[in-house]
Amino acid sequence: MTPELGQLALILALLLALAQGVLPLIGAWRGNHALMAVARPAAAGQAVFVAFAFGILVWAFLHFDFSVQYVADNSNLELPWYYRIAAVWGAHEGSLLLWIFILNVWTVALAAFSYKLPEVFASRVLAVMGLIAVGFLAFIVFTSDPFGRLLPMPGDGADLNPVLQDPGMAFHPPVLYTGYVGFSVAFAFAIAGLLGGELEQAWVRWARPWTNVAWAFLTLGIVAGSWWAYAELGWGGWWFWDPVENASFMPWLVGAALIHAQAVTEKRGSLRAWTILLSIFAFSLSLLGTFLVRSGVLTSVHAFASDPRRGVFILIFLTIVVGGSLLLYALRAPKVAGGKAFQLLSRETVLLIGNLMFAVAAAMVLLGTLFPLIGDALNLGRISVGPPYFGFLFPLLMLPVVLLMPFGPFLRWGKGESPLLKQILLRVGVAAAACAIVAAFFVDGKLKAIVGVAALVWLGVGVLLYAYKRWRDVPRGRRYPGEMAGMLLAHLGVGVFVAGVLLTESLSVTRDVRMAPGETQHISGYDFRFDGVHRTTGPNWKADQGVITVTRDDKQIAVMHPQKRTYPRGQVQTESAVDAGVFRDLYVALGEPMDAGNIEGAWALRLYYKPFVRWIWGGGLLMMLGGFVCAADKRFRLKRTADATASLDLQPQETRA
Amino acid sequence: MPMNPTRKRRLVIVLLILAAATLATVLVVVALQNNMNYLLTPSQVQSGQASGYKTFRLGGMVKAGSIQRSSDSLKVTFTVVDAGGAMPVEYTGILPDLFRDNQSVIATGHMAGARFVATEVLAKHDETYMPKELKDAMAKAHAEKPGIGNRE
Repeated sequence: MTPELGQLALILALLLALAQGVLPLIGAWRGNHALMAVARPAAAGQAVFVAFAFGILVWAFLHFDFSVQYVADNSNLELPWYYRIAAVWGAHEGSLLLWIFILNVWTVALAAFSYKLPEVFASRVLAVMGLIAVGFLAFIVFTSDPFGRLLPMPGDGADLNPVLQDPGMAFHPPVLYTGYVGFSVAFAFAIAGLLGGELEQAWVRWARPWTNVAWAFLTLGIVAGSWWAYAELGWGGWWFWDPVENASFMPWLVGAALIHAQAVTEKRGSLRAWTILLSIFAFSLSLLGTFLVRSGVLTSVHAFASDPRRGVFILIFLTIVVGGSLLLYALRAPKVAGGKAFQLLSRETVLLIGNLMFAVAAAMVLLGTLFPLIGDALNLGRISVGPPYFGFLFPLLMLPVVLLMPFGPFLRWGKGESPLLKQILLRVGVAAAACAIVAAFFVDGKLKAIVGVAALVWLGVGVLLYAYKRWRDVPRGRRYPGEMAGMLLAHLGVGVFVAGVLLTESLSVTRDVRMAPGETQHISGYDFRFDGVHRTTGPNWKADQGVITVTRDDKQIAVMHPQKRTYPRGQVQTESAVDAGVFRDLYVALGEPMDAGNIEGAWALRLYYKPFVRWIWGGGLLMMLGGFVCAADKRFRLKRTADATASLDLQPQETRA
Repeated sequence: MPMNPTRKRRLVIVLLILAAATLATVLVVVALQNNMNYLLTPSQVQSGQASGYKTFRLGGMVKAGSIQRSSDSLKVTFTVVDAGGAMPVEYTGILPDLFRDNQSVIATGHMAGARFVATEVLAKHDETYMPKELKDAMAKAHAEKPGIGNRE
């Protein structure tokens, strides 16, 4: 009986979402306060019903209710309880339920904190959130019901995809979705601004922390996904330019651009139309990402077989969201645009160049990701675009960003001074060149690694110089507000990330080998001794577990236990073993026994020495931290709208050009 | 119309943007052309459709009993089949977890004589699901008469 209650809750939530999406819009248009006041209670009610439905699905998983098709498809009696909870978002229907649940959390937070915004504007923002919810709830209710029954009820279920039975996977989708969904706030702001024909700087200021938080969550989600792919897929790579990775990366790129564009708009009023456009694209790409991952339109690790009705619905939904908002943009953007003029040499210019590079990079990734669909539509045959396409173009596009990054903070708004820039260029350049020369001796002259070190020093020294300038010029207590500290952390993170990528790529040693028990492989000063394979068992799997003893100069470094797991439904899953370190990872994965069935003989093994691989995720985490720290800036919180617009710096209508 | 300084500066900026856009487009097109991989089935390859591609992806089923391992290295050979053709494949390295007889696989690599040398082998991810593009390609290869390609 309870699953039907879940279904009913979703239908009621859909009705409330309709009320939230339509009535406040009419109210804002006619100046009707009663209709505008519907937004908040409707949002709260919708959240309650969705949370209820979500809880019921969790309950069904915890209580092995295999009469529910979705539960029977994605869990079984042997699956531990924590993976039964993670199984809620292990496939299409539940992922969507998680998505709408997170949207509701964001909407409720928005409703609670938006009292300082003008009533008409806040109503429009909440209404847009409601309309997004309508789309998703309708999608769930009409095409992807997670509560569909399976009769007769089977005695046991199938299984959660073993690839997903990992702590990293339990936590990766919710975090990623929090990021995706978070961009809906910036989107709602943009649409509400377009509808009203104005977007005051104070409102953009109010929206900034939301975008930063969303972007930080997205960063964390991508880092977690990358780490998971590294540890779990058994290939030891950290990024594959897989369509699904690209799907999360595109909104990230546009989001990074949006964060900077919002800063310009808030402080100077310029780039308003561009900020709105980026808000639309960040959210549209988040939607595309959600659908690409789960719809099975593109062949990928994450895709599930799909139902054509869903494809049609997705296409219509995306067309309405993207087409509708771009149409609105074309009609209203000229009215919203404005702001202070700026010279060629100014902080605005540098930020704009960075913005353009991010936008072009996102477009490049989009083209490469969707090219198989384009090729199919044009009847060119079955095409896929290989990772070298992205690997070639992406660094090229990011090069100007990395080169310009140290200078941005030093430039003034409106008009910068070139002597200061020359001084910075000299210091940063000399430091980077000197470190590159020293590094060259340590990395056997490998160019990529040298460039990696130089990039880290270039960005790191830039950050330090600016931090020092603030410390010297600004009175205590105002030196590093959240916004400033966040920027410094994130920019440092970029340096750490770039260094990690380039050092790992050029210095890693991979060896696929055949090893008999007792044999030793020598890699970069480490001796990997294969001590054979034995059987072991876990809560819901059996495994062949290898033992590899790693020594260096006869001192034992690690004993590693890579596994080849077999799950109850016959799926096989490689669990790699990693000995992690700040400067290097040792990584071992089991291939297969060379003599089928004889696990005590020789095995195929994959051995890796991966220097600095952790810096990749470390850099990502620094960027994430930067996003959160920036969002925590007091400046975004305390000011009331009235005070904000009254201050001289924030006159909304000034210098409309 | 005379060129005042503002106009001139705007013109320079527009030209710069145009130049950058052109450069970007050229780079994207070149990168795409170099990295487009076609998916072909053994019968399509045997009818000559692979000629002209240095690397491509070969999709089909692993023929039962065709997997042969070398005794002293990680070299493995197997045969990939579809409804109308068969293609011997050679690969050195670790095969994916799901690689076995009668499994659908996609191998990336190039032709060396009559044999396909793979640099990467992917197997399908669960028991019931065949990659959609592979299913389509196999259906298409089946519908075509052997020896007659649909591409000009």
